[in-house]
Amino acid sequence: MSQASPSFLQTLRAHGLELCKAAVNTLQVNTGYLCNLACRHCHLEAGPSRSEVMSRSTMADVVACARRIPFETVDVTGGAPEMVPDIGALLGELAPLAPRRMFRTNLVALRENMGLLDTLASGGWNLAASLPAVSGSQVEAMRGHGVFEASLDMLRALNEAGYASGDGLELHLVANPAGAFLPPAQEAAQKHFQRELLRRHGVRFNSLFVFANMPLGRFKSWLERSGNLEGYTRSLRERFNPAVVPGLMCRTLVSVAWDGTLYDCDFNQAAQLPSSSVRHISELAAGQPGGDIPTGDHCFACTAGSGFT
Amino acid sequence: MSGYYDSDDLARFAEIGKDAPEMARKFFDYYATVFADGALSEREKSLIALAVAHAVQCPYCIEAYTRACLEKGSNLPEMTEAVHVANAIRGGAALVHGVQMRNIAEKISL
Repeated sequence: MSQASPSFLQTLRAHGLELCKAAVNTLQVNTGYLCNLACRHCHLEAGPSRSEVMSRSTMADVVACARRIPFETVDVTGGAPEMVPDIGALLGELAPLAPRRMFRTNLVALRENMGLLDTLASGGWNLAASLPAVSGSQVEAMRGHGVFEASLDMLRALNEAGYASGDGLELHLVANPAGAFLPPAQEAAQKHFQRELLRRHGVRFNSLFVFANMPLGRFKSWLERSGNLEGYTRSLRERFNPAVVPGLMCRTLVSVAWDGTLYDCDFNQAAQLPSSSVRHISELAAGQPGGDIPTGDHCFACTAGSGFT
Repeated sequence: MSGYYDSDDLARFAEIGKDAPEMARKFFDYYATVFADGALSEREKSLIALAVAHAVQCPYCIEAYTRACLEKGSNLPEMTEAVHVANAIRGGAALVHGVQMRNIAEKISL
């Protein structure tokens, strides 16, 4: 009889580890699941048919929270936050409240809402832009037809607007593997991306973050349909690295969903595992939340190899 | 269905050291050194390995280095070109030996 694989929690315990909250320094704001793309690896299953977006009232709760708690970083994500009504107002109100500001974009949505670029640049928002690969075929297999060229156009426009020019506006790229395999080593991948994007497309960026795909949402459904789930989760488990656990982002981040619910990370949001202590952004106070972080087997994706950057 | 090649055997590669551990250790140490970052990057070495795997027609190596190439950031156009390089050398090697055929034919022909 085959033995069941140990859960993430059992694996932590076998290494004498616990996953509990440290001092929180980052507020991540997920503005909703509406997106102009329906990427095949999206752990949130965001897409054009999703209607969940953050209301003005929840935005006010987010801003009030950022006023009463001195976060080092505010990180706005989605879905495609560019498509959320009042997103410009939210960015404007949040900008003075944290020394470091990050806005996550799929590039194509920003290209369709260029008016937001002034708000981002003047508010000192650094950008984390999704570009899974330097190969058009790999990008479009994940994100849809025409996305690669549109992304390159937007990257060039961002360079022209001063991003990655050395004047303080940072442009970071985010790459996920185009399938059921693990990402390359970050440093080598960054060199490869920088060389190829500059040589072939005249694009500059500051740094590349490589992330393993989360076995959640649309990616998990694909893993199941394609017969890759077992092999992929085995790869993640085999590369469990206990050394990265103390530095996992869930220990120092709170992630607020479109409806104000608090999670310890965006992936727990997809897995419907809310924070164990404070449940709503309006209730969050300095020094909270403490306690254990809920986990699932998707957490193996954050602890494989050198961990989740 | 049984067969000579089984994908699961790839993960059992280390078993080759069971009855000759010292030779296996030396081989695997050497192997790890060969594929470490050096004058060539790990990504470039994986593409070379993929091409050679096709030249020697090793299904284990093809599986291992297809995954390795993808995990080191290569893409299908690059990997396909690497296979063509292997094919060009294999094909070219056959053709250039045709000169021997011609030499022999000329020697024994009137």
